[in-house]
Amino acid sequence: MAYSFDFSSLLDYTPVLVDGIVTTIGLTAVSTVLGVALGIGGAAARTSTVKPLAVVVGAYVELIRNTPFLVQLFFIFFGLPSLGIRLAEWQAAVLAMVVNLGAYSTEIIRAGIDATPKGQIEAGASLGMTGPQIFRYVVLGPAMGKIWPALTSQIVIVMLGSSVCSQIAAEELSFAANFIQSRNFRPFEVYFLATALYLALAVALRWILSLVGGRMFAKGVSRA
Amino acid sequence: MSPVNTPVAGGLATGRPLVKLSGIRKSFGPVEVLKGVDMAVEEGQVVAMIGRSGSGKSTLLRSINGLERIDGGVIEVDGECVDPGQIDLRALRQKVGMVFQQFNLFPHLTAGENVMLALKVVKKQDKAATRAAAEAALAKVGLGQKFNAYPSQLSGGQQQRVAIARSLAMAPKVLLCDEITSALDPELVAEVLGVVRKLAEEGMTLILVTHEMRFAREVCDRLVFMHGGRIIEQGPPAELFDRPATPELAQFIGMVEAR
Repeated sequence: MAYSFDFSSLLDYTPVLVDGIVTTIGLTAVSTVLGVALGIGGAAARTSTVKPLAVVVGAYVELIRNTPFLVQLFFIFFGLPSLGIRLAEWQAAVLAMVVNLGAYSTEIIRAGIDATPKGQIEAGASLGMTGPQIFRYVVLGPAMGKIWPALTSQIVIVMLGSSVCSQIAAEELSFAANFIQSRNFRPFEVYFLATALYLALAVALRWILSLVGGRMFAKGVSRA
Repeated sequence: MSPVNTPVAGGLATGRPLVKLSGIRKSFGPVEVLKGVDMAVEEGQVVAMIGRSGSGKSTLLRSINGLERIDGGVIEVDGECVDPGQIDLRALRQKVGMVFQQFNLFPHLTAGENVMLALKVVKKQDKAATRAAAEAALAKVGLGQKFNAYPSQLSGGQQQRVAIARSLAMAPKVLLCDEITSALDPELVAEVLGVVRKLAEEGMTLILVTHEMRFAREVCDRLVFMHGGRIIEQGPPAELFDRPATPELAQFIGMVEAR
């Protein structure tokens, strides 16, 4: 082994890496907000008394959770144009990530909703609140608080999974790493750095989500 | 068996009928727990429902604000009629307050927010009115200084008093209390019963399911004894306690007094 490490050659590609990081963060931020919103709606539908709605959402959840993310992404990016739906790389990436996180977070949030004591729902009803009001003001906050750690893990998985989007040339961090090693022929250094950057992003994301969760959903300590 | 109807001479009862239950039936699967119950409560009356567990008293109470869907009969509260076909029960529920055995406070909201929530989203009151009403309601149960406390920071007795304040703030015509002291440590029972006693003295219409026989005897205008899904005896507490007309009630009184 006479390989001499050379990290300095990466410096020339700093703008490419920064663009990649920004894109990864952007994809993650947008798909987290939309995906969790979709999950809240999905969980509300799955726990609602409107049976057809619960069945349709159930089918969506099972379809997404039992197929590979890469295939979902390819279907959206390469398959949908056959129906006349053409999306840019980043649009397809966001859509795939939202649809994917939406399905997983539907199941996670549903678990939190199911853990709501029945008496609190009865208390809301006996105060004259409607079903949607009870969901929004009584059920949702404590439910999100209960499942926040699980949801945080899922969001981190989606952030790391965004690397798959390099396969449709969405120019995120993995795409940048691929690009650089194809130019400087230093795959060890490039992927070592990419690994470190993903690790840092994941740790930072967990920390931010834990702060957000503490502020929004820590029941009985601060307001929801 | 027809209910024994004894004329009631309640302290603050106005004689105006407020709650009227006619032929209430309810089954859980094959088990019929309410077998055609008739009951009327006048404005200002304080009525205690007693009976063994499984006699249907909690189910009857819960049917008065629609938490149990009835299978037959009619519920009428202050002119608001509900029958088994009724889907939207909100009009009824605005006239009927309910306090539960397990308090059921919303854990993520402070005492004040617990009281304000329904004022805001159901009664659509503005912020200032909501806040004033919540402060008044909490002061009434002796917890004016606990506005910003979360349920987890309150004792069981305090939580139950917040739950009472939460119901009262909605200005119900009648307040239902479902074994509201049964989940409390013995030393905390008195503070909750004190609040209920004060409400009774102020003329609030109250229907209680309770095992506090001494309290029922002292505060209630009327005692309703349920057995096997029917009201089999009712009247002034002293009369029922001292001269039970049915062997079932005699046996029940013997059981609770032997405790």
